[in-house]
Amino acid sequence: MRKIEIIGLILFLVGMSVFTILPFSSQYRLSEEQLRSSVKDIHRDQLAELMQPMYGQTYTSTHSFLTAYSSYFKPYNDELKAKQAWDQVIWDDYGFVLAKAAMDGPSKTNPWASLGLSIGLIVLGGIMFNLGGNGASHESLTHTGVFHSSLKNKGLLGLLTGSYLILFYVILYWFPAYLAPLVWMVEPISQFLSGGPASQWFLYGLVYTLAIGVMGVRMLLKYRGNRYQQLRTASLIFFQTAFAFIIPEVLVLLNKPYFDFKNIWPLDYDFFYDYQLDTFISSGGLGLFMLVWGILLIVIGVPVFTYFYGKRWYCSWVCGCGGLAETVGDEFRHLSDKSIKAWQWERWMIHGVLALAVVMTALTLVNYFTSFSLLGQVTNQLHSMYGFAIGSAFAGVVGTGFYPLLGNRVWCRFGCPLAAYLGLVQRFKSRFRITTNGGQCISCGNCSTHCEMGIDVRAYAQQGQNIVRSSCVGCGVCASVCPRGVLKLENGPEEDRIHEFPILIGNDSIKLRA
Amino acid sequence: MGSRHFVIIGNGISGITFARHLRKGDDQARITVISGESPYFFSRTALMYVYMGQMKWEHTQPYEPHFWKKNRIDLLQDWVKTLDFETKILGFASGETLTYDVLVLATGSKPAFFGWPGQDLKGVQGLYTKQDLETMEAATSKPIQRAVIVGGGLIGIEMAEMLTYKKIPVTFLVRENRFWEQVLPEQEAELVQKHISAYSIDLRLQTELKEILADEQGNVRAVITTAGEEIPCEFLGIATGVTPNVDFLKSTTLAVGKGVKVNSYFESSVPDVYAIGDCAEFEQPPGPGRRTLEQVWYTGRMHGETLAHNFCNKPVSYQPGVWFNSAKFFAIEYQTYGIVRPDAVAGVPCFYWEHHLGKVSFRMEMDEAGKIAGVINLGFRLRHEFFDRAIREKWSGQQVIQRLEEGVFDPEFYAPYHLEIQNAFQDQFGVPISTSKQSFLQKIFGARL
Ligand SMILES: Cc1cc2nc3c(=O)[nH]c(=O)nc-3n(C[C@H](O)[C@H](O)[C@H](O)COP(=O)(O)OP(=O)(O)OC[C@H]3O[C@@H](n4cnc5c(N)ncnc54)[C@H](O)[C@@H]3O)c2cc1C
Ligand code: SF4
Repeated sequence: MRKIEIIGLILFLVGMSVFTILPFSSQYRLSEEQLRSSVKDIHRDQLAELMQPMYGQTYTSTHSFLTAYSSYFKPYNDELKAKQAWDQVIWDDYGFVLAKAAMDGPSKTNPWASLGLSIGLIVLGGIMFNLGGNGASHESLTHTGVFHSSLKNKGLLGLLTGSYLILFYVILYWFPAYLAPLVWMVEPISQFLSGGPASQWFLYGLVYTLAIGVMGVRMLLKYRGNRYQQLRTASLIFFQTAFAFIIPEVLVLLNKPYFDFKNIWPLDYDFFYDYQLDTFISSGGLGLFMLVWGILLIVIGVPVFTYFYGKRWYCSWVCGCGGLAETVGDEFRHLSDKSIKAWQWERWMIHGVLALAVVMTALTLVNYFTSFSLLGQVTNQLHSMYGFAIGSAFAGVVGTGFYPLLGNRVWCRFGCPLAAYLGLVQRFKSRFRITTNGGQCISCGNCSTHCEMGIDVRAYAQQGQNIVRSSCVGCGVCASVCPRGVLKLENGPEEDRIHEFPILIGNDSIKLRA
Repeated sequence: MGSRHFVIIGNGISGITFARHLRKGDDQARITVISGESPYFFSRTALMYVYMGQMKWEHTQPYEPHFWKKNRIDLLQDWVKTLDFETKILGFASGETLTYDVLVLATGSKPAFFGWPGQDLKGVQGLYTKQDLETMEAATSKPIQRAVIVGGGLIGIEMAEMLTYKKIPVTFLVRENRFWEQVLPEQEAELVQKHISAYSIDLRLQTELKEILADEQGNVRAVITTAGEEIPCEFLGIATGVTPNVDFLKSTTLAVGKGVKVNSYFESSVPDVYAIGDCAEFEQPPGPGRRTLEQVWYTGRMHGETLAHNFCNKPVSYQPGVWFNSAKFFAIEYQTYGIVRPDAVAGVPCFYWEHHLGKVSFRMEMDEAGKIAGVINLGFRLRHEFFDRAIREKWSGQQVIQRLEEGVFDPEFYAPYHLEIQNAFQDQFGVPISTSKQSFLQKIFGARL
């Protein structure tokens, strides 16, 4: 077992190295046809002329290619801006598509080999590592050692991993051209699934899905004796693979709008954006169905399911962000901040983001129906601000990049507007609670330590109080880590769900408020 | 009443619960909590998890540091060396003094040592305090060949688990002829013994420690058992029970037996001096089947609650309800509700069921009339509220088993052990039980028996 683990680790590291080096192994040579077929009609002639000096030139790195591109493109665009010729300014960023079109290198000539040696080895090594490591360890040691690990307790390995992830997200969101070589190696898969070229988002989706799968295997093994954990892990893998990754691509293949049927506004913050609405409305029956389905999820799905099962039905059984947090992020869960201060921050921030999303969407809709007569420009700016600050920086860079530093649910706890909505329902109108088993709690603190949402579970358990908190995603790890069998996730009658005056069983002398 | 100065020696669960509840009931009181061990209240029960890297020290503290200030509970880290009950002045190791109006002794326990030759050697220790944890961490920070644990009880098995985490081979000496003989019936003890042997614990029953041998540097090198066998080891854990931590009180006028003698109002022999938690010894057992020393977590908490109540309201005597407790033996959880005697008594009906994989069991002792007296469950979880009520209301064994599904506290989708238990009870006692129906989802997705 140990051998499999070590071989797995080596393969994983080799794969990671190839994945990291590949972007540096390409060169770029742009031709006019490439340019013409990559950009929008309206910009075609302008750009074809502007980029004249680049044709036929060889650039040996992404960086030099991009620098050259900017040196021709930026002055032109800046001048238009200076002249306030807004209708001529080019807002699109063609860096990525041009880099992709102009690129030449091993990942383009040998995509399958490149893929196998990078992501393939990562997946294979990861699975072997998990099989070897978790298959061998004893059940009673399931949660041990996390604070003795450099990776899991903010040691050097943790810092390196965090930095790598942060760097990856920064490149993905703001400098995607550097990923062009990696995108080429998933091109065949994209062509197969959707019949179209791969973008950086396709690469990201694939990596994301595989990460949940590989680390999901680890969860299934780690929780060999715990059916609740296994089922919800399987569910997360399923929804990510089918709903978030494959179905949207196949829809594109069938000439339908790209759509993730399990993504819900306001997490899916552009659901009501004008171009989305236009797409739904112009795509026939299926498009309308998507629109109605999305709205039904918001107004009926969320309240009804959350009433019966708590927000866990989404956050730790269905959601893609939850999927990554519960698999890749699982071993960082104990890093969440448990202080009362953090809880105060949490309430301000998450409800603030919800308010922002609601206001932005309301404005968008008003504008949509008044054909942008009112505040059209403000709405656009709001969209790009929200997309940048919340969609990319918060959800991506901080939410995932900071796993090894702040824990795995930073986004879900402090930022996700859908979690805020689900949480309000869970707190005020739901059958879900974590029941405390009478007077059995020994205040050891395992539950609080391992709560990814930073809930001080012990504070409730030790006074015999049920845990009813808007942030609880129902992952069930508190119940699994508790050494005294004190906690149980339950759906039950609403009455008596919240104990205002909890009474601990055991003391007949007095009945008092704990 | 004015503002009396309550001084509590000991910041464990009993002393702290007392202080918190006193503050809730009395806004005026001045409250000082003293401990030499640690500045803040922490959970002794979590020491093992810190050692195993499952928690950090700060996680053992149930309240954040600002809590104490906000509730005006003064904390003092020092050792009390002298007590003068006439002048009501305490003297500290630091030389400082403090005057009290009411003194609450909540000094807890300490590991019991039985005067073995060599017991003061380096590498020989119990596990009770924060300092014990630190010495144990230091003693096992470098790889060692073998450790020996003496004493077949809860702390012994925790130490064995801790050492297993560090992959240190353990020899476990137990004087009795089974593990935790005072509490566990034979079948349960055997189940646990089998389980821990899977972790390569070398369990030696009916084996006692006789002598501890030193190397040149004064470290433990080996132990000798009463059978004369020499077992080499570089660490020796002593877990032969705990005894009230009252040595510093023995030279005073306070009545001290094993612990501080108290009545059912926690009053000691000296006016304005009370004792709660592990260090209190009741003159009479506080309830049927209870002992005069109550050395578990929740009893310390209940002592503190009750005494605080008595200072704020009309005093009541301490009356614990139905006994319960829990523990964990490596991966196997143990719970008990009510009283189950470890050795079968003739004429007393007792039901026992064990799962075929040998990791889950359920026992129910009944009285002659077939009413439930108590249960022991291993490897699955039972609901405190359910069994507290069943025992209090003296349900028949048949009724308990009939309704067992309500009494199960396992996570969703766990194997429905109650079904097998219901069948086994039916077979063993020949009474009809209509077994519970499983939900559709449980049937499809639930774990199998
Ligand atoms: C490793 C371990 C695991 C355990 N697990 C469980 C469990 O799972 N379930 C359970 O029910 N119980 C368990 N227990 C027992 C439980 O922890 C004790 O019953 C409980 O802590 C006793 O609380 P207490 O308040 O009486 O005293 P303590 O917690 O012992 O606190 C007494 C404090 O007083 C201080 N003190 C003593 N004398 C002086 C002095 N002269 N001056 C200043 N300070 C002084 C001590 O240093 C100590 O800090 C466990 C105990 C140990 C050691
Ligand atoms: S893990 Fe269990 S026993 Fe420990 S504090 Fe939490 S609820 Fe209490």
